[in-house]
Amino acid sequence: MASVENGAGPQDILLEIKGLKTHFALDEGTVRAVDGVDLEVRRKQVVGVVGESGCGKSMTAMSIMRLIPPPGQIVDGEIRFHRPFDERPDAKDIVDLAQFESNDRQLRDIRGNQISMVFQEPMTALSPVRTVGKQIAEAILLHQDVNKSEARDISIETLARVKMPNPEQRFDDYPFQLSGGMRQRAVIAMALACRPQLLIADEPTTALDVTTEAQILDLMRELQAEYDMAILYITHNLGVVAEMAEEVVVMYLGKVVERCDVDSIFYNPKHPYTRGLLNSIPRLEDVLQDNREKLNAIEGMVPSSFQRLSGCAFHPRCPDFMPGVCDEAEPQLIQLEEGHAVRCHLYT
Amino acid sequence: MTVYILQRVMRMIPLLFLLSLIAFLIIQLPPGDYLTEHINALRASGRDVDEAEVERLMKQYALDRPMHIQYLTWIQNILLKGSFGQSFQWGRPVNEVIGDKMALTFLLAIFTTVFVWAVSVPIGIYVSVRQYTFTDYLFTMIGFVGLAVPGFLLAMVVMYFSFAWFGLKVGGLFSPAYELEPWSIGKFQNMLTRIWVPVLILGIGGTAHIIRVMRATMLDELRKQYVTVARSKGLSEFAVLMNYPVRIAINPLISSLGFLLPWIISGGTVVEIVLNLPTAAVVLYRSLLSQDMFLAGSFILLVGTLALVGSLLADIALAAVDPRIRFGSVEEF
Repeated sequence: MASVENGAGPQDILLEIKGLKTHFALDEGTVRAVDGVDLEVRRKQVVGVVGESGCGKSMTAMSIMRLIPPPGQIVDGEIRFHRPFDERPDAKDIVDLAQFESNDRQLRDIRGNQISMVFQEPMTALSPVRTVGKQIAEAILLHQDVNKSEARDISIETLARVKMPNPEQRFDDYPFQLSGGMRQRAVIAMALACRPQLLIADEPTTALDVTTEAQILDLMRELQAEYDMAILYITHNLGVVAEMAEEVVVMYLGKVVERCDVDSIFYNPKHPYTRGLLNSIPRLEDVLQDNREKLNAIEGMVPSSFQRLSGCAFHPRCPDFMPGVCDEAEPQLIQLEEGHAVRCHLYT
Repeated sequence: MTVYILQRVMRMIPLLFLLSLIAFLIIQLPPGDYLTEHINALRASGRDVDEAEVERLMKQYALDRPMHIQYLTWIQNILLKGSFGQSFQWGRPVNEVIGDKMALTFLLAIFTTVFVWAVSVPIGIYVSVRQYTFTDYLFTMIGFVGLAVPGFLLAMVVMYFSFAWFGLKVGGLFSPAYELEPWSIGKFQNMLTRIWVPVLILGIGGTAHIIRVMRATMLDELRKQYVTVARSKGLSEFAVLMNYPVRIAINPLISSLGFLLPWIISGGTVVEIVLNLPTAAVVLYRSLLSQDMFLAGSFILLVGTLALVGSLLADIALAAVDPRIRFGSVEEF
């Protein structure tokens, strides 16, 4: 596990997001889905993004892909992608993905090729009227200089890599002929077909049953090592984070509230929100000792998307709320130690 | 697929029987028949009636026998001899009266369909990706006007203006020189210069309708995740649209293709009368008025059969483009 601090130089950076703001201008008001996110993914690194529903984690992913549904728009910030060139390993072409039009040719060259994405719902991720194989080979034909039969071979090979049973037959199957787990394998194969440097996985196992989830997680870990790719893993499941990620980013209401390596998040969480999240995981020993009747939950509710809170967005729910401080000034992301940053007044 | 087609064809047989029964009943419903009407009319005007001829016709079509015998005689002649009987009004066999008109109606239906699809499908796709923009509202407005204005009114307006401004008489499908000529390349070319008027007028309602259907189904499909997934592969927006949402949104249109001919015949009658077209609808209308029973009955039977065959072909076409139907999957996407 290559954690942030040891040895990784700046040349290993694959993706850096700075001050990203993605807003939705609706009739009812502006929804600040992503409101100043800073994030960094190094090559071959798995970064987990966690948070409750509506915290902006999916929209961060969609912003990177530039697939934000209208009326959403990137209003500020940079998404710098370091394109590695195979022939010159040190040379990089840094592009700011936030600058492109969403249908730009250069952007489309990166999409599905160097950055690809696996989505939450395998049931609806594939078109029901085209064969699985066609939908995989499409990306290969688009990004690589191959003919149809070569694309078919690569697709079948990729299907075999994601451990799809009978890949040759499955190639000509339609999505509705596959089970949920098999469909998610097909979707993963589709994303990996062009060997991307960065795979964005947006809750890829949420819709699957637990056994299938475990298989898919194993598969993704294996493939990550095999393909030498970085993964930005978005989930609300801390268990999955513990299993997958090296570095963890915790988001709350469109902002990063804590960022550190995976061990620190579980053994040394700093932000009250992160602590709250960890606290709400039910523990077996508590149940066995019968010393707890109810599940722990963070007090209160996620505020309405239209509401703008003064100070720290978490202050109405925070157990460590300091009146006059937390509801007045907005906290900045503070570097506590190398590789551990937190956005909280407790540490200023 | 073969099994599907066979099943589908088998299901048509009872439907065809039912159809022939209904066609027969409909023409029998009004009191009296053409022959008695005709004889009465002749007698009233004081002319002689050829009793022997009347007797012969009565016998031939079993008009003096009970209804079920009449039906059996009628259907027997159609099935075994291919003869639809005699049109009393025209004094010619029904086959002769119908043949030409049906062909022209068919041609008109095909031209209209091509026109409607060629115009409305691209517009429907375009407005769906430009939802709530000026263009969307503009085409919505034009579409509703097209739906609301009756075809015959449009026909009269077009006739008036083409005559008032260009001195053109747009009625009919042929210029007088070709009207009674046999079919030739010249006649066909002559028809092409005139057919666009009825095609335009008949097609305008359908165009408006299909734009709405296409827009609505496209908007449903565009929201689905597979569209986003397709974009995430790096496909161009055009390729995404054509290969993903359009492929699915077009299906309801394909399945409605089979009803085009009946729609042209029943919906276009007034337009065709106004425009003085030599098409089937006009003939059907007159035959119903004069109780020309064999002509009317044959028409209803033919149109019904064509509707059934049309929907059979549409179903097969749909199965060809949509694997969910081919494999009998009922899963909801």
